Amino acid sequence: MPDTRDAIFRTLADPTRRAIFERLCREGETTVGALTARAGISQPAVSKHLRVLKQAGLVHDRHEGRQTHYSAQLGALAPLIDWTSQMTGFWQNRFDHLEDLLKRMDQ
Amino acid sequence: MNETPTEARSVVVEREMPHPPDKIWRALTQPHLIAEWLMKTDFEPVVDHRFNLRGDWGTVDCQVMEIEPNKTLSYSWAAMGLESVVTWTLTPTSAGTHLRMEQSGFRPDQQQAYMGAKYGWQKFFANLEGVVGGLS
Repeated sequence: MPDTRDAIFRTLADPTRRAIFERLCREGETTVGALTARAGISQPAVSKHLRVLKQAGLVHDRHEGRQTHYSAQLGALAPLIDWTSQMTGFWQNRFDHLEDLLKRMDQ
Repeated sequence: MNETPTEARSVVVEREMPHPPDKIWRALTQPHLIAEWLMKTDFEPVVDHRFNLRGDWGTVDCQVMEIEPNKTLSYSWAAMGLESVVTWTLTPTSAGTHLRMEQSGFRPDQQQAYMGAKYGWQKFFANLEGVVGGLS
């Protein structure tokens, strides 16, 4: 798992690549052409970033005619963030507040 | 990473509290008390009543599902693409009350929708550069 994590961090350490990934997260499935129109870099450069993102499992590609559609694979981030343990932390913290309140209610 | 999309997850937090169930029940069901330990709310102890929990980071949409005074309370909990159910169970003990909270219904796809949608991202990207800096 640490290897997976390192690969994801390394892949997203590049600001341009991260911007492409963030856009796919926000906007859903998109073509290379549409990504290039707003990336401020050439289409081959965008394609290269997408290849790296794909290798890290962060994007999925789908071919349709001459177009390739890319989409973000948010599941790939699961090794980074364990949602249930975050929520457990939230509730444990709230239980602490509840206990403080119950003590004050005695007074 | 091989979880099936229909797999539900749950979070359970439970604690022994040296207080009687009826007192804990008040803290769980009276809005001015809920505000002190959870979030600001317009909760009413009425089945089907819709209410919000308002935190600094956003609003949770809820609806009361089940109420049995001093014993059990459950409500739906929807926030930023995350649909779940929070169930409180109060069991009297010799020393007070065993309080159990279960939040269930997380599915991996909902978790991802949630993560993609909101503050997970902000936090994630805010932290990312620092973590990356320490990698090599």
